[in-house]
Amino acid sequence: MGVTTVLPRTTAARPFSVFGFSSAQAVAFLLLLAAIVLAPFGIYPVFLMKVLCFALFACAFNLLIGFVGLLSFGHAAYFGMGSYVTAWTAKTWGLTPEIAILLGGLTGGLLGCVFGALAIRRQGLYFAMITLALAQMNYFFCLQAPFTGGEDGIQQVPRGNLFGLISLRSDMAMYVVVAVVFLVFFLLIHRVVHSPFGQVLKAIRENEPRATSLGYRTDDYKLIAFVLSTFIAGIAGGTKALVFGIATLTDVNYAMSGEVVLMNLLGGMGTIFGPVIGAGIIQWTENALAGAGAWVTVTQGVIFVACVLMFRRGVVGEIAALIKRPL
Amino acid sequence: MTQISRRTLLAATAAAPLIRPARAQGKPIRIGVMNDQSGPYRDIAGMASVSGVRLAVQEMAGSVGAEVLFADHQNKPDVGAGIARQWFDRDGVDLIMDVNTSSVALAVNQVCKEKDRAYINVGAATTDLTGPQCTPVTVHWSYDTWMLARSTGGAVAQAGGDSWYFLTADYVFGQQLQRDTTGFVTRSGGKVLGASAYPFPGTTDFSSFLISAQASGAKVLGLANAGTDTVNSIKQAVEFGLTRQMKIAALLMYISDVHGLGLETAQGLYMTESFYWDLNDRTRAFSERFKALYPGARPNMDNAGCYAGALHYLKAAKDMGVAAAQASGAAAVARMKAMPTMDDAFGAARIREDGLTLFPTYLFQVKTPAESRGPWDYLKVVVTTPAEQAWKPLAESGCPLVRL
Amino acid sequence: MISIFGVPGPLLFGQLSLGLINGAFYALLSLGLAVIFGMLNIINFAHGALFMLGAFAAWMMLTPNTWLGMISPGLSVPDWLAIGYWPALIVAPLLVGAFGLLLERTVIRRLYKLDHLYGLLLTFGMALIIEGLARNAFGSSGMPYRIPQALSGPVDLGFMFMPKYRLWVVVAAAGMCLLTWFVIERTQLGARLRAATENPDLVQAFGVNVPRMISLTYAGGVALAAFAGVLAAPIYSVNPNMGSNFIITVFAVVVIGGMGSILGSIVTGFGLGIVEGLTKVFYPQASATVIFVVMVIVLLARPAGLFGKAA
Repeated sequence: MGVTTVLPRTTAARPFSVFGFSSAQAVAFLLLLAAIVLAPFGIYPVFLMKVLCFALFACAFNLLIGFVGLLSFGHAAYFGMGSYVTAWTAKTWGLTPEIAILLGGLTGGLLGCVFGALAIRRQGLYFAMITLALAQMNYFFCLQAPFTGGEDGIQQVPRGNLFGLISLRSDMAMYVVVAVVFLVFFLLIHRVVHSPFGQVLKAIRENEPRATSLGYRTDDYKLIAFVLSTFIAGIAGGTKALVFGIATLTDVNYAMSGEVVLMNLLGGMGTIFGPVIGAGIIQWTENALAGAGAWVTVTQGVIFVACVLMFRRGVVGEIAALIKRPL
Repeated sequence: MTQISRRTLLAATAAAPLIRPARAQGKPIRIGVMNDQSGPYRDIAGMASVSGVRLAVQEMAGSVGAEVLFADHQNKPDVGAGIARQWFDRDGVDLIMDVNTSSVALAVNQVCKEKDRAYINVGAATTDLTGPQCTPVTVHWSYDTWMLARSTGGAVAQAGGDSWYFLTADYVFGQQLQRDTTGFVTRSGGKVLGASAYPFPGTTDFSSFLISAQASGAKVLGLANAGTDTVNSIKQAVEFGLTRQMKIAALLMYISDVHGLGLETAQGLYMTESFYWDLNDRTRAFSERFKALYPGARPNMDNAGCYAGALHYLKAAKDMGVAAAQASGAAAVARMKAMPTMDDAFGAARIREDGLTLFPTYLFQVKTPAESRGPWDYLKVVVTTPAEQAWKPLAESGCPLVRL
Repeated sequence: MISIFGVPGPLLFGQLSLGLINGAFYALLSLGLAVIFGMLNIINFAHGALFMLGAFAAWMMLTPNTWLGMISPGLSVPDWLAIGYWPALIVAPLLVGAFGLLLERTVIRRLYKLDHLYGLLLTFGMALIIEGLARNAFGSSGMPYRIPQALSGPVDLGFMFMPKYRLWVVVAAAGMCLLTWFVIERTQLGARLRAATENPDLVQAFGVNVPRMISLTYAGGVALAAFAGVLAAPIYSVNPNMGSNFIITVFAVVVIGGMGSILGSIVTGFGLGIVEGLTKVFYPQASATVIFVVMVIVLLARPAGLFGKAA
């Protein structure tokens, strides 16, 4: 998708670079780190954990939309399946949280492998519609499959003991785990984007036929990126399931797919920090409007329309344009 | 208490995160009413049940101060559990009430147990609340699937309905209602020929299930659903001519549903409630007081249960001291179980150790338009089941709190 | 009782005819999507919401006092102002079509120079707004819409009782589909439309007002959705989610058919409805997913869709 390119992403001479971060990005990262460390002392930790899970989900989505130009409109499938599998294995088999989350991620990745292989047969709008339709098929599957508990969901999921040792019952202990999971995968995505593999992805985004003529098997690259993205979406879903002790149909519903698109659109597609900011704002709005019925939906719709019409770079994209540095 | 407008309350809830709940002496009790305010069950619970709780608070205002919050759980377990957590952690709620929709009820049940806050469930039907998942903080009021199956299912089966087809809302409530009814049908020599489970919420067209039901050749169509689902499935059954061959047994129906269907369509149906506004002088007096807070409808057993449950909790809190009731949900519920209940809606009753409240239940038949003397005069009592026989025996409860 | 492949006749024919009714809605909605896509290159995600709006328009016209009372107690109009089903079948699509015209003129028009995916995102946002507002105003449980007197009650088809109204839905939807096909493929207006789809600049040069044509096309597609909404109102009871339940399935229908041909969308729509009906007989568990499974098969065998031109 022709994401509005904020700035040329490659500058010939890079005076400053740590772990692929430019100076502005390094400052932003330190701010983010400080926020993650300090926030739980002032803000309700369960809410913060929710934000971090959705931020990770949004970053996984951004890997596709921002760096490959693929609009997947069905990412709830991988997020939700990750959440179900983590919940189920943690509850039924009594697996420790780190293994349960990992299994959730693998499920997301596996599903992404199948759905991705099908969807990349078409491009553009069709790709979006096919991913949406496949996710809806997955939704109906979850509705009927016995292991998901249908409308009841999987309830009473224990948070368990990390590595079988550290109890995560307290919100603070759980928060530390969620924060670490978030940071690990956030940095992983950043690393991938700045690897040679990431450069090929960007080449595909800018001009797929050109990348093909240069000898790259673009479909393979797209599929690998898709699987990586869905794996991380599964991790995010699994972590969320443990935080709340529940996995339900909400996580596989198309509305969830729309929400992750919105987080990216609002935060800034193709920026590194945009999805995090987008997730934070959207979750905050949802929280503030929680008692107000469908006004949440209306607000999300208004943000969608406003972003598309006059704000296509998103919050972080606009800031980046203002300070003339990529973020 | 005057009617607090919805907007004011919403504003209050939104501002709540800024205020740390201060548990000072003399702080009023906060009751959170959580139910379906927008979906298929909003007409049976919704603001009518909130009004029931408000009436109880009003009547106890002289001795115990309490305020009422309410929220819409949208029939989603994750939404319900989230609201419960925020109510306890941020808004200082002491008691959660109603929570219709069994899947949500069970999710909230866990949060209440974890946080040691009292929980009076009225609107949900699952027997798990007083069975395998019973907790020291949980009380269940008004009805459950076992009691419905025994009353309606048993009566229809004995009246010659010996082959059944179920139309079931596919979640814990519908499944249990189908299971319990199947038990009573087979015990009286009947057979179940088939069932269609449909996704809840969101199904409005039941036609293809109705055609399967018709093709099964069963004599009775058992509706294991509630609210507008029940209303829609009955209407469509009439539309498809099903009623020419089959009898409909609406296993959970409220007087509000009869009102929605109209007597022309609903006449002759059997249904079970544990409360009816026109039973005796006390129920009529209660309904008049209810009407002052919620004009436009007569209370059903859910609304009445919200009134009676809140009233009993407030009496217990007065008895043990408000601060003590606020300190521990388990202690408050233990006191409630120790005291006999007494109110205008259900009369004298008691709460069993597994949390189930025991009073008589009534099998009603919907009147014909000719029999009805006016709006809301809809039901006539066919059978009254005494409290000792109406409910699942304690021996079968499966509740870990029960020591036999 | 007759029996086919071991399945009782009433069950088979009953589910088939219900499948045909669902197919009628698929056809009407995917037809509208295809018409809009042809001219605007936009996948109209708001199509489901506009379908729902059509149903609500009909309901509001039929029972003005119910919702006026919701706005302000005591507010009411005389009963003779209520508009029944038959006029609503024409008036509601016109009203919603006019609303569509307004949307195109004010909002959607700004997107033509952007990537097509922004069109999907924008219309998705519009769908959220419309559905959210409707849910706030009317709740999610649905408003009953009574079947018009002339069509109420079942008719005995010999093998089953079929509500008259459902037969009417199939007839009306098929008629409307054929009318649309005729206008686009057989009239001068349709010829201009098709030409403008191929080469807008050239057609503009011939003195045709192409922007106006685009607006009217969007309005027309939207009116088709609203027409389907009025037809659906008595069956599904008018509720804010009735559109989103349909629209994603219709996307799959569109992927299966390919968006190249008008007749293709109609045939695919009805065909998939029948496939769904058959699945309800032989393997009911899969009835919700069967259309998506068909989509997967088509993607593997013929990625451009059954009637689509290779990309």
